Amino acid sequence: MKRVLTILFIAAVAIALAIPATAAQTIKIGFNIPMTGDIPEVGEGSKNAAEMYLADINGAGGLMVGGKKYMLEFIYMDNESKADSAVNAALKLIEQEEVVAIIGPNSSKQAVPGGGTANENRVPMISPWSTNPNTTLDRPWVFRAAFLDPFQGPVVADFAAKKFGAKTAAVLFDVENDYSVGLAEVFKSAWESKGLGPVVAYESNGTKDQDYSAQLTTIIAANPDFIFVPENYNQVALIIPQARDLGYKGQFMGSDAWGTPDLVKLCGEQCNGQYFSTHYAAAGAKGATKVFIDRYMDKYGAEPADYAALTWDSIGLMVEGIKNAGKVDSSPRKMRKAIRDGLAAIKSFDGVTGSSKFNEQGDPIKCAVVVKISDEGTFVFEESVCP
Amino acid sequence: MDFIIQNVLNAMQWGSFYALIALGYTLVYGVLRLINFAHGDIFMVGAYISFFVATFLIGPIAGVSPTLAFIITVPLTMALTSMVGVTLERIAYRPLRRKGAHRLYVVITALMAGLVLEYSNLALLGASRLKFPELLEKQIWRFGGVTLTNLKVMVIVAAIVVFLFLQWVVTRTRVGMAMRAISYDKFAIPLMGIPIDRIIVVTFVLGSGFAGLAGMLFAMSYPVLEPFMGMLIGWKAFIAAVVGGIGDIKGAFVGGFLLGFIEVGVVMVFPSSYRDLFAFTILLLILWVKPSGLFGIPQSTKI
Repeated sequence: MKRVLTILFIAAVAIALAIPATAAQTIKIGFNIPMTGDIPEVGEGSKNAAEMYLADINGAGGLMVGGKKYMLEFIYMDNESKADSAVNAALKLIEQEEVVAIIGPNSSKQAVPGGGTANENRVPMISPWSTNPNTTLDRPWVFRAAFLDPFQGPVVADFAAKKFGAKTAAVLFDVENDYSVGLAEVFKSAWESKGLGPVVAYESNGTKDQDYSAQLTTIIAANPDFIFVPENYNQVALIIPQARDLGYKGQFMGSDAWGTPDLVKLCGEQCNGQYFSTHYAAAGAKGATKVFIDRYMDKYGAEPADYAALTWDSIGLMVEGIKNAGKVDSSPRKMRKAIRDGLAAIKSFDGVTGSSKFNEQGDPIKCAVVVKISDEGTFVFEESVCP
Repeated sequence: MDFIIQNVLNAMQWGSFYALIALGYTLVYGVLRLINFAHGDIFMVGAYISFFVATFLIGPIAGVSPTLAFIITVPLTMALTSMVGVTLERIAYRPLRRKGAHRLYVVITALMAGLVLEYSNLALLGASRLKFPELLEKQIWRFGGVTLTNLKVMVIVAAIVVFLFLQWVVTRTRVGMAMRAISYDKFAIPLMGIPIDRIIVVTFVLGSGFAGLAGMLFAMSYPVLEPFMGMLIGWKAFIAAVVGGIGDIKGAFVGGFLLGFIEVGVVMVFPSSYRDLFAFTILLLILWVKPSGLFGIPQSTKI
């Protein structure tokens, strides 16, 4: 008798719980992010931004789609900063959790295979941070929030021409690093097509090199107005002081690989006053970006890095895509298709990392931010450069 | 013209490091007929030791002025690094020598010891790079289009002084005579009352001490330290020592500068991807013509 009562009670509770759950349908979005492994801080930043966004939407009673409000549900899946785990995490989100869309992975190393899985299974995916063209190339279901690697070349060319009034440029790049080679080539063609003047020196080095004096001597002899160095921060920390020792007094410019606090630690004062292009700058931000940064600082006690801001924008894009879908379908398959079409229909978007337009590959055409390394060794927003 | 003179100076600085490391290889080889493949990593350890000594001295506890810190760091780094070298000889090479192991096994042990040094550094300090503090105020001198820093001059002078000192030790002192004697006949020499172990320790003290000096000067010139910084430069310096004629002090010195000049010369004219290709093709050609190296003497194996 007692047991029957217990069963009845449990059944009653289950039904009571089930009724509101079916009544207020939720929209499930999966996050494929690195919570452990090489870059756990990236996963944490992404999750922090997502939790903040979720609280905003659900605190306001849900997301308005087609005249009805729906609660959002975020499911975080750890990809361990590994390529194979990113594929597994994507499959788990798609098959077990039946999410209607995925945000992440962040790094290109995981986003390229993870994007393949999402595309094959016809699930819309947005990678916040990946800059490798292959993530979205020929994948109609995959989108991204960050600009592509090669885009920074023209950005640097435009900025240097305007800011320094530069007529001649020199490039020093790492011939063993695809990222560096690609950027150097794009920069060179961008600079030359502007017709301002020639690239007077185009020198290369190896990844493990410590002495750059021969290359720098050639560059300095060509007397450029500035030197573009799309290399990793640890190499930059050797290149700039060596160039100063060789008597170079002009400007340097870099790319987003410079954007780590370690650059300032390794390079010291010699890097102050130089500029580099990147996704976003926390210091000196204005408007909506500043609001986002201040709220994030209040909540988590640290400045949001570029991946946190880009995750925020990715969720914004996803919400826009869902709104464009117009209605919420209970079948995940139909809903996924509707969201994809909704995302593809987005022509422009204003986010905390700037406003962007989308091309047919699902890649944003957005402004990059040029950051100055201040005299105190902090990264300060200088201006945004648009394509 | 300025361009060429500047590159000659660049090559002199870069070659100095090869020469300083090659001298250590050649010294140990000359006495023990042992290629001490851990030498590049002893150089790395030297750089890290100088980093810790220097940061401690200019830090809040000691509070010494940077220039004084430099003056103290040089001998201290050399002493501590030579202790690392001697310890390595004690625990890795001497036991094998006692058991009469073939030289091949000792060389493999040296390779392993080098890896142990690299990875224990990685385990202890992590992969993040360190920044060497600026000890000497940098002075840049200009002569027309040519620039020279006080550090560059110091590196080149140090390489020359170390070379002259080692040349003097080996050819003009009693210890040097004993070294040459051991190299000549390892079995008969102990019978003459020469303490072979003590001479070997002296060899390691000299070789590792100057590797420590090279590490410190390197860290001052290229102030980003990482655990694998000694690997590539150590191998290249070894090749430089072989081209110069391994076992010969003069050969190591000339070989080191030769490699420095070839590398900088190639980069001056061609893209840097050709650097190692050209450099080692040239060195190969030299060995082709003179297999024992520029200053080496052909030897028959003694049994």
